[in-house]
Amino acid sequence: MKKAFLPIAIVAAAMFAYAPIAIDNAPYQSTMLLIQKIFYFHVPSWVALTCALTVCGVASAIYLFKGSPEADRYAVAGAELTALFGLFGLASGMLWARKAWGIWWEWDARLTMAFMLELIFVGYLLVRKFGGPGAEKLAAGMGIFGAATAPFIYKSVDWWRTIHPKTSVVRTLDSPDNSPPMFHVLVFCMVAFVLLFLVLLSLRVRLEQQRAALDRLYLEEED
Amino acid sequence: MSFDFDRVEIDDVSRNYGRRRAVSHVSFAVQRGDILGLLGPNGAGQSTLIGMLATLVAPTSGTIRYGASMEKSVGPALRARIGLLAHELHLYGDLSAEQNLEFFSRMYGLDPSRTVSAALDRADLAERRADAVGGFSRGMRQRLALERTLLHDPTLVLLDEPFTGLDDHAVTKVSERLRGLAASGSMIVLATHDLDLADGLVTRVAVVRNGRLVTDETGAAGLRERYRSLVHAGGGDVH
Amino acid sequence: MFIRTALLVLKKDFAIELKTGEMFYTTLLFAVATVMIFSFSFVKDGVPIEGTAAGIVWIAVLFAGNLALGRTFERERYGETIRALLLSPAPRAAVYVGKLLGIVLLMVAAEVLLVPMVAVLFQQPMFAQPALLIAVFLCGTIGFAAVGTLFAAMLLRVGTRAILLPIVLYPMTVPVIIAGVLGTSALLEETPNIPMARFWLALLVAYDVVFVVLSLWTFEPLMTE
Repeated sequence: MKKAFLPIAIVAAAMFAYAPIAIDNAPYQSTMLLIQKIFYFHVPSWVALTCALTVCGVASAIYLFKGSPEADRYAVAGAELTALFGLFGLASGMLWARKAWGIWWEWDARLTMAFMLELIFVGYLLVRKFGGPGAEKLAAGMGIFGAATAPFIYKSVDWWRTIHPKTSVVRTLDSPDNSPPMFHVLVFCMVAFVLLFLVLLSLRVRLEQQRAALDRLYLEEED
Repeated sequence: MSFDFDRVEIDDVSRNYGRRRAVSHVSFAVQRGDILGLLGPNGAGQSTLIGMLATLVAPTSGTIRYGASMEKSVGPALRARIGLLAHELHLYGDLSAEQNLEFFSRMYGLDPSRTVSAALDRADLAERRADAVGGFSRGMRQRLALERTLLHDPTLVLLDEPFTGLDDHAVTKVSERLRGLAASGSMIVLATHDLDLADGLVTRVAVVRNGRLVTDETGAAGLRERYRSLVHAGGGDVH
Repeated sequence: MFIRTALLVLKKDFAIELKTGEMFYTTLLFAVATVMIFSFSFVKDGVPIEGTAAGIVWIAVLFAGNLALGRTFERERYGETIRALLLSPAPRAAVYVGKLLGIVLLMVAAEVLLVPMVAVLFQQPMFAQPALLIAVFLCGTIGFAAVGTLFAAMLLRVGTRAILLPIVLYPMTVPVIIAGVLGTSALLEETPNIPMARFWLALLVAYDVVFVVLSLWTFEPLMTE
């Protein structure tokens, strides 16, 4: 992780610097025009969210069953990034809905799911903070369950919005026509977000490593 | 499934909570027939040590061996040979004395008809058997709790402040019970800060201060003076 | 040994309930009170707002369940008996199952009371498809209780557990809430939508399997320090 850090950070920075240009050059989507372009950041944040969630879930499981402190660091970093990208997804989604349809919230499947995941991982952070000594283990439990629930939330919210008969028109934040130039820009932004995720993850894990080193020094001093 | 051991060895065991060391590089051993007194000021780490011996708390470093094995390799069979009596007493206040003993007998795979009445008699609570434990005095609950701990005839008996709330008569009875247990081959680890009671009862002494073992020696008479000098050594602060 | 221990824990809790009736009465009363409050909010001019019955039953059941969860483990805090349970040679996951069964039974008792009650108050015939209705409620209850029992046990050590439990539990059980409510309301329509109900029931069963297994697996590491 350490050696790759700087190159990844530079590439990510460069990609984000270029992104507005790429987005600007992308063709307009037929109905929503300029507003739709928020989708180029909104959807990739989902990808980053999923990565963060997976990292948190797997690391939590490793920590709970093997007790590896390094795994715990990845778990907390993953959880915080899930909350962060979730917040970004919610904010961008709400802005999009507001501009597209004049309302802040519509129970769109993905937004609802992001909201639920956000609540779960904020719960993770709360348990970690207020759980007293040994809270890392409890938080790990939250992480595992949170990651396990995600597919269920996805399916149930999705089906709630699509197959359940309803009276009003279903509105989604999906982009209906994915013409090739749009697709390329989308993939570009996805890669940028994933790199950003890796950069942030690495930084956060390092912070925890420093904290652990500090604790070790305190303990050694006592000996 | 049956497992037993003659000796418990704690080897360089530490337990941290973040930056705080609750227990720091402690080593000692207990054998059958020992009554080991874990003495020390409040918060010195005795409860954590007892928790670790009971397999409820995992050490952050070091090992605890029961005979030749560690907890990981044995699991539930080891727990069947350990008895713990902590400050909180582990009794269901809403159930009667009899119901409590019956429940725990069954949890340990014992036949209640054989164990409950005898335990009630030993605790001097036979007349109160059907009364809810919540209504008992502290001393009565303590006696019942001690018998609950000993239902399954454990090899390793761990006691955290077992004399709290006991009157003189009860203290004598409990001390006798413990001596009897040690004589019949159990190992007893007794954490207390009541030195007068420990004096004369314990066969060995381990003094703990700030999570560290200060000394580990035989429990000869004159405990109080030795304890004082050990704990206050080096101008140590005792809370 | 496993089942024996679980049943032993269940019987013990039942014995305590028999003596005090503490959880049983208060939980049921709370559930009834919740439904009453909803009646005032969701009945306009004597006519219940359409489509709310299923949601109301489930909310009342889940709130009551949350209450029961807090209390069942609070009982193990007095005298720190949870430690004694964990220390016994019984498999630790069996303690979890014993507690889980207790909560499920209590919630089912609440449902037996609430479903007819809501049917009457909200003028909503509920028993067109009794087998499916029972299945939906049972599977939903098991799912909620499985995760809830684990979390309540996990939070035993934490001072703010009473506030944290609903915060961590409800988002985690959203699939149960959605599937339960929608499955129930599918059965309450003019002509019950059986395929829809079966569909949500399938989701509930999948959730139950995954989360009971996950809870059994993680109970021991979460309860030991």
